[in-house]
Amino acid sequence: METYSLLRQFADSWMLLFLFTFFFGVVVWAFRPGASKLYEDTANIPFRHADKPAAGEASQPEAQK
Amino acid sequence: MSNYLKLIVLGVLTIFFMIAANFARDLAYQVHAVILMLVTAGLFLFTLRQTDEPQPAPITGEYFDSVIRAGVIATAFWGVVGFLAGTFIAFQLAFPVLNFDWSEGLANFGRLRPLHTSAVIFAFGGNALLCTSFYVVQRTSAARLWGGNLAWFVFWGYQLFIVLAATGYLLGGTQSKEYAEPEWYIDLWLTIVWVAYLAVFLGTVINRKERHIYVANWFFLAFIVTVAMLHVVNNLTIPVSIWGSKSVIVWPGVQDAMVQWWYGHNAVGFFLTAGFLGMMYYFIPKQADRPVFSYKLSIIHFWALIFIYIWAGPHHLHYTALPDWASTLGMVFSVVLWMPSWGGMINGLMTLSGAWDKLRTDPVLRMLVISVGFYGMSTFEGPMMSIRAVNSLSHYTDWTIGHVHSGALGWNGMITFGCLYYLVPVLWKRERLYSLGLVSWHFWLATIGIVLYAASMWVTGIMEGLMWREVDANGFLVWSFADTVGAKLPMYVMRGLGGVLYLTGSLIMCYNLIMTVRRAPAKEASLSVAVPAE
Repeated sequence: METYSLLRQFADSWMLLFLFTFFFGVVVWAFRPGASKLYEDTANIPFRHADKPAAGEASQPEAQK
Repeated sequence: MSNYLKLIVLGVLTIFFMIAANFARDLAYQVHAVILMLVTAGLFLFTLRQTDEPQPAPITGEYFDSVIRAGVIATAFWGVVGFLAGTFIAFQLAFPVLNFDWSEGLANFGRLRPLHTSAVIFAFGGNALLCTSFYVVQRTSAARLWGGNLAWFVFWGYQLFIVLAATGYLLGGTQSKEYAEPEWYIDLWLTIVWVAYLAVFLGTVINRKERHIYVANWFFLAFIVTVAMLHVVNNLTIPVSIWGSKSVIVWPGVQDAMVQWWYGHNAVGFFLTAGFLGMMYYFIPKQADRPVFSYKLSIIHFWALIFIYIWAGPHHLHYTALPDWASTLGMVFSVVLWMPSWGGMINGLMTLSGAWDKLRTDPVLRMLVISVGFYGMSTFEGPMMSIRAVNSLSHYTDWTIGHVHSGALGWNGMITFGCLYYLVPVLWKRERLYSLGLVSWHFWLATIGIVLYAASMWVTGIMEGLMWREVDANGFLVWSFADTVGAKLPMYVMRGLGGVLYLTGSLIMCYNLIMTVRRAPAKEASLSVAVPAE
């Protein structure tokens, strides 16, 4: 099979399936239970640290504390 | 120690560019070799003077704002240059006598047109993206820019790219790809600068102190990564000689056309849309003092936009040698793209819900909001024009130019002005802008300018599209091409006037910003009081 047909077949099947699954996964992920509360915090990021970087340890996201 | 290495590299480069200037096969290349020789020699002296001198200790604990201040100045400067060039070539089209005999081959329409497009898109828009992305990524990551002076390299490297591109166009150095005109060695330089930009941005995101990456940074990152990919693939050329500008693209025929418009449309989609949406998602919430309307919608907006935009390019090649399936694919994805575009627009506009009254008193917010309005308008018009039947009327006419300008002047221009009005008092630590009245003047001049521009281009575009296709009872074309040119004169003059209004507004902005730095009261109180560490 020449390269074009091979790539075309792959694009029309597995890649298409992967991209659709990924996209709908993202949509479902955005609406998972508990997301609203979390995103409320995230949406407020611009209103913290407007003047100075956060003090303390570098590369220490809250999740790891 | 690293300075000695720098000196060796800079010295070798200076000599190389001297040789290049000597062996140059064309004028644009020769001028560029001289410019690069002067730059590298200047940097050599600069580095030499700093070598073995005591270095100031690296600053931590505050944001890296000096490079952003430089970016703000560059944005305003290149904006005025680009608008001036655009207004001038608009009048060149209306009055061909402005293509002066003495300036043929240097400043005629064909040479100035790419200068205008690149000045507004890459110099004005690019600097706006550079400085706002550096500003936003620091504030939303709560971390100083990564890489120390690498950010300065990105800034000055990008200005060098702009100067090389602009002088190249005037001297005829172009590879004739729309929005990708710079020759191979300028492309290589931009690639280096862009990789450094990605490193600075990504390094800062990785160093972040916030758990989540704020949505604006997602858009900026998509813009940086995708532009790198587009730029490399669309500029895969083989130089004829290292002593000349000329190079040959590796893609043959219709594939080259498809790669060019895959690049061209995604330059719109990722440079002028995704990057500027990053600005929208930070500066509109800040100016309105409320978080974004729906963070969930912003996530879906992001993924939907980047998944769909990348396929829309073929709509630039309807009724060409491109296979029908490809042009249908481009058309369908362009129409689907309407949804994420309007989702984003709604998210931006609804951020003001409960605070609409601020539009009456805050002209900066008004500017940011009308930019989102123009975004919605041009992302409605674009999918419509991508439909093959509509495209058969609109393509190659001035309607396309009107569409591009309602997006570029309305969306990109207005949101950039809004960001500059926000940034200057913050970056120069001023209490407020010098004059809100002047912001209102700018707002109305720019808005009326865009309306004149877009309306005249709709009329002249549809008119010439209809004239081109009109046949008489015997099947002969009714109008010659020159007839359509003659019929367009009044609209061309009106378009030029729209440009004059827009340019005037931007000059008022520059005056206002300069006076803000020089005259507006300094923001002292909050600076002198020690803020306890959080």
